[in-house]
Amino acid sequence: MAKSGCRENALLRVEGLRARIAAGPRTSSAPRSGAGEGDGAEILKGVDLELCPGEIHAIMGPNGSGKSTLAGVLAGRDAYEVTGGTVTYAGKDLLGLVPEARAAAGVFLGFQYPVEIPGVGNLYFLRTALNAIRRARGEEDLDAMDFLSLAKEKMRLVELDPAFGSRSLNEGFSGGEKKRNEVFQMAVLEPRLAILDEIDSGLDIDALRIVAKGVNALRRPDRGILLVTHYKRLLEYVEPDRVHVMAGGRIVRSGGPELAEELERTGYAWVAGMPPEAAAAAAAAGGARR
Amino acid sequence: MSTAEQLKDLTEQKYRYGFVTEIEEDRIPKGLSEEIIRVISEKKGEPSFMLEWRLKAYRHWLTMQEPTWANVRYPKIDYQEVVYYSAPKQKRALGSMEEVDPELRKAFGKLGIPLEEQMRLAGVAVDAVFDSVSVATTYKKKLADLGIVFCSFSEAVREHPALVEKWLGSVVPYTDNFFATLNSAVFSDGSFVYVPKGVRCPMELSTYFRINAKDTGQFERTLIVADEDAYVSYLEGCTAPQRDENQLHAAVVELVALDGAQIKYSTVQNWYPGDAEGKGGIYNFVTKRGKAMARSKLSWTQVETGSAITWKYPSCILQGDDSVGEFYSVALTNHRQQADTGTKMIHIGKNTRSTIISKGISAGRGQNTYRGLVKMMKGATGARNYSQCDSLLIGDRCGAHTFPYIEVRNPTAKVEHEATTSKISEDQLFYCKQRGIPEEDAVSMIVNGFAKQVLKELPMEFAVEAQKLLGMSLEGSVG
Ligand SMILES: Nc1ncnc2c1ncn2[C@@H]1O[C@H](COP(=O)(O)OP(=O)(O)OP(=O)(O)O)[C@@H](O)[C@H]1O
Ligand SMILES: [Mg+2]
Repeated sequence: MAKSGCRENALLRVEGLRARIAAGPRTSSAPRSGAGEGDGAEILKGVDLELCPGEIHAIMGPNGSGKSTLAGVLAGRDAYEVTGGTVTYAGKDLLGLVPEARAAAGVFLGFQYPVEIPGVGNLYFLRTALNAIRRARGEEDLDAMDFLSLAKEKMRLVELDPAFGSRSLNEGFSGGEKKRNEVFQMAVLEPRLAILDEIDSGLDIDALRIVAKGVNALRRPDRGILLVTHYKRLLEYVEPDRVHVMAGGRIVRSGGPELAEELERTGYAWVAGMPPEAAAAAAAAGGARR
Repeated sequence: MSTAEQLKDLTEQKYRYGFVTEIEEDRIPKGLSEEIIRVISEKKGEPSFMLEWRLKAYRHWLTMQEPTWANVRYPKIDYQEVVYYSAPKQKRALGSMEEVDPELRKAFGKLGIPLEEQMRLAGVAVDAVFDSVSVATTYKKKLADLGIVFCSFSEAVREHPALVEKWLGSVVPYTDNFFATLNSAVFSDGSFVYVPKGVRCPMELSTYFRINAKDTGQFERTLIVADEDAYVSYLEGCTAPQRDENQLHAAVVELVALDGAQIKYSTVQNWYPGDAEGKGGIYNFVTKRGKAMARSKLSWTQVETGSAITWKYPSCILQGDDSVGEFYSVALTNHRQQADTGTKMIHIGKNTRSTIISKGISAGRGQNTYRGLVKMMKGATGARNYSQCDSLLIGDRCGAHTFPYIEVRNPTAKVEHEATTSKISEDQLFYCKQRGIPEEDAVSMIVNGFAKQVLKELPMEFAVEAQKLLGMSLEGSVG
């Protein structure tokens, strides 16, 4: 499907992925027993996606179309129940892994709404995370001094004030600060697959440029990035190889970077059946009224 | 898969200190009577004032009823089934660690606090209470040079009877309450500290308590006196072996801070909590109270993770003008543990100030109750109290309860109370797991974050131990 077509060498291949809200209270992180139990409506209704090593893909689409759900399912959030399809990451089945094992395998999710953890220092948290991942990979812990110099270097990269290192994780951070902190964490953890969910929302113009710098710094031929975004602004700084439009739980259109430009003009009304030209006219009229 | 297996391994980990040490013991028959009390007093070679005091307490105890107001439930205790005295058989006084019974030393080793290690740790003097008699006291000389007395209670009774007679019962009288009165009658040992005028104790003084013998109630008694402008920091750590029967622990701690003195008292309590079904474990019914004279300061810090039942209210009587009382507490209940703990701040003097920070953590079917009293007496002009009680719930079968009692009899006194209840959210756990941190570690990290305000009040070596303990005590609480 994808133009680049890397086939079995794909970093991430999603095929016919379907998911819904898991029913009942969560009991364990073990995979749930088969479909048919929960009664939540399906949110993902057959998602297909292929990301080749070295590529950046953008996922756009209307509110509520399932972008965060897709990100969550890929990261292993057990509030969702996978009801069909497969996900292959670096040649291996991803869906059978618990979230922390996915993290150890190099999957990073930049959260649309990063959570606050009172009393847990930002750097302390990050060092715990880094060492947990290293341990899971059979590597040795990074000692406190080495970690500190690594953290300092990455803080400089994303121009994060060192004062944020000792503050409680995300507690009292502004919206934009939280996002910048996500990018900082990503820079330290150096994931192989980064899924960034609206990392550009709520950023001022300078912060947007800085976040883009962080994302571009991660770029490497063996890594891949999925950018969920509403605006082409970010894509002006981080040029995507592909742009996908998600609607109603599916990828309904894919194209090159020019698709983002088009969406800016047309909006998403065409998704509901309106031909793109009419949609563009409707969007323009709406814009004029405002 | 391996991560899941690791998790399972972790969650099924058992109480790590549940071993029993085979040491010859010197015991007396179980049960309680004037005769038994005379035997205890005689075995300890006590002067007559001590025996008289014990007997007065015993006679008073016979007129008392066991209290039932606490928010804890346990089967009735048969006080005639308890052995009131048990000591490792060891005749000679010990000069150094090397002379200590190797079995005993091994036991300390298993507790994770080898004495040798403790001695090496800069500035920690350990007075180890194994069952009821102190078996090793270190750093004594160094302290003696400063005029500081730090020894077992029995030794203090023999060597410093005037000090003991002067201060014993001055804060917790033998008539105080059912358990304290029982303790007054039968207490077998404990620690005694006296810091002379103007002396700043140069090291943390530390005692590890441990209940070893079967069916022995442990009734230790601690008395700390800081003379004018003196300073002392005292650490108390507790563990007990694992047994199916419940064991009674009814201790009394009295603190006296004279004008301008400061006493910091820290506890990390890890008595055996019973198994996941609530079988066995320690009943920890303790009376802790301090009296603060002018410009003095009393500070209680406690991390309570053990015991089947905890019933404990370290309190401050702020008698002198400008005196300060502090209470920092973390209480964790998991499985079927019950804790009813808190503090009393009695403001008598002018401009007295108190701070209460209580952090309750409930997991499994644990029940956690904060019970606190802030009392501003008539003369407490300008007195201030700030209380903050936070509860954290893990899972939905546990409970947290808060009973703040406030009595204000002086119109210029101010009392502030804040309380919050929160849960560890799915979002927080997922966030941690997404970053590679396994669930058990994530819970432990979030709990430590929640308790940080209190943990940072602990002396360094203790803070690290307390952090590990919180994590350990939560094993099996998630998933
Ligand atoms: N836990 C949940 N319980 C109920 N409904 C949910 C839950 N999570 C997601 N949904 C629903 O699933 C749909 C998809 O949500 P999702 O967050 O994936 O959208 P999105 O594309 O990320 O939207 P946005 O652009 O606003 O971030 C929405 O209708 C949302 O209300
Ligand atoms: Mg979203």
